[in-house]
Amino acid sequence: MNGEIASSLAPEELLITTVADMLSGLRHVAVGAQSPIPGSAALLARARSDGALRVSMLGSETHSPFTDGGRELFDCAAQGRIDAFFLSGGQIDGEANINLVGIGDYPETKVRFPGSFGSAYLYFLVPRVILFREEHTARVLVPKVDFVSAPGSSDTNMNRTGGPHALVTGRGVFDFDANKRRFRLSSVHPGHDTDEIREHTGFDYDSGEQVPETRLPDGPTLELLRGQVADEVAETYPAFATRLFGAVTAP
Amino acid sequence: MSELVTSAEDLAERIPDGAKVALAPDYSGCSMVTARALISRGAKNLHLIGVPSVGFQGDMLIGAGCVKTLETAAVTLDEYGPAPRFMAAAKAGSINVIDGTCPAIHSGLQAAEKGIPFMPVRGIIGSDLLEHRDDWITSTDPFDEQDGPLVLVKAIRPDIALIHAPLADRNGNIWIGVRREMMLMAHAARETFVTAEEIYDGDLLADEARAPGTIPGLYVSALAEAASGAWPVGLFGRYGPDDAHLREYLERARTDEGFASYLEEFVYTPRAAK
Repeated sequence: MNGEIASSLAPEELLITTVADMLSGLRHVAVGAQSPIPGSAALLARARSDGALRVSMLGSETHSPFTDGGRELFDCAAQGRIDAFFLSGGQIDGEANINLVGIGDYPETKVRFPGSFGSAYLYFLVPRVILFREEHTARVLVPKVDFVSAPGSSDTNMNRTGGPHALVTGRGVFDFDANKRRFRLSSVHPGHDTDEIREHTGFDYDSGEQVPETRLPDGPTLELLRGQVADEVAETYPAFATRLFGAVTAP
Repeated sequence: MSELVTSAEDLAERIPDGAKVALAPDYSGCSMVTARALISRGAKNLHLIGVPSVGFQGDMLIGAGCVKTLETAAVTLDEYGPAPRFMAAAKAGSINVIDGTCPAIHSGLQAAEKGIPFMPVRGIIGSDLLEHRDDWITSTDPFDEQDGPLVLVKAIRPDIALIHAPLADRNGNIWIGVRREMMLMAHAARETFVTAEEIYDGDLLADEARAPGTIPGLYVSALAEAASGAWPVGLFGRYGPDDAHLREYLERARTDEGFASYLEEFVYTPRAAK
């Protein structure tokens, strides 16, 4: 069974199930713009929670509990009503600072990214922020970001209730140690190894002697993902859902 | 009230060069028909405010040379990838980008809607955004010093909020449903210009189910009926984005020549929406 799953599992599916495992037991997960894999993970976690997990997904009409415009998500976060959120970065550094603005000496950026979105706020206020970036290269995972859209840590006088929980990439998973302000490699995806990850990571991080392989999903989880969840994802991310899961029926 | 209902071309004429114009993101209500009219009339030096981000609408106005300043939390085309004309303009330094973050934009507009000078916002401290904003300052909580520092963002008062909505009535009431970022925009801006899919022959405020999702006419200066007015982006509850067209835009907007040919074909010589 495990061999069967490993052979049919798309890399994106493993990322989805890995992130979904980080959301179990939560009450409310919000998903921002351009987040098909985190969005799929949130919907998978919701499907497994038997409806206990609320998902608020930007761009979705089915999964949006808000009636007070774009600001309501942020107001909810400040009140502690959002347990988990996802952020990414054109650059992410070893202290979990993220850069969504550009490469080079701002404002004269050589490469311009889309912008900071709500990161400079939500990173401070959502307890479990999962950093997600599929591309795992020294170009993305840098020693120090060129521009801090949102800092990974703050001075102790900041009233900060949120911050980085983990970093999930196409090669593996890191936990973040807030006290040491450092990542620790916690698992390696099948087909990748620790040397390769060290080589393609631009920042220094902690790692044990033996790093486990990222846990594969079980059969029922995969079935749920490829069935009900795929259809739900298609409502917000039709191109992604079709590419990954084939024919889907948006609800 | 006789001048209330007009055309999208007239709305574009009434948005002066240099105006501060608040725009909704692509998933909310974008008056693309007025954006095209602004490009056609050769609008210049606009200061766009993304509430809290802009998409195709912003990219097209930037590419057409209508924009001097862009104040936004992001420029995003979602699944379609990076915004080509914005990227090119940012690289060339031909627009001034005021980088913000979503809740600071919402809060700045909330200050304006309350008629107060600023609004405190959590977070942000430690972000490089703060270093580049002279309209944001850090402060302590005057009621509780233990609370830690806060950022005060100056009120954002747009000259014009420009939106597209499914329904408008002849009193200028605009039905926006749950897309209440457009309510915030209308409250904060000096004037609100609207295009609507349909003119509703009745009073939207008289319907108790609709009234809470309706911008009262007191905020609205002018409106125009424009079926498919959000095309080629979508309009909530009505139609989705025109995927094939947006992909064609992206393809052509990759180069200056391609973008010019796009404007020639779809903006200067407008075609009916599909």
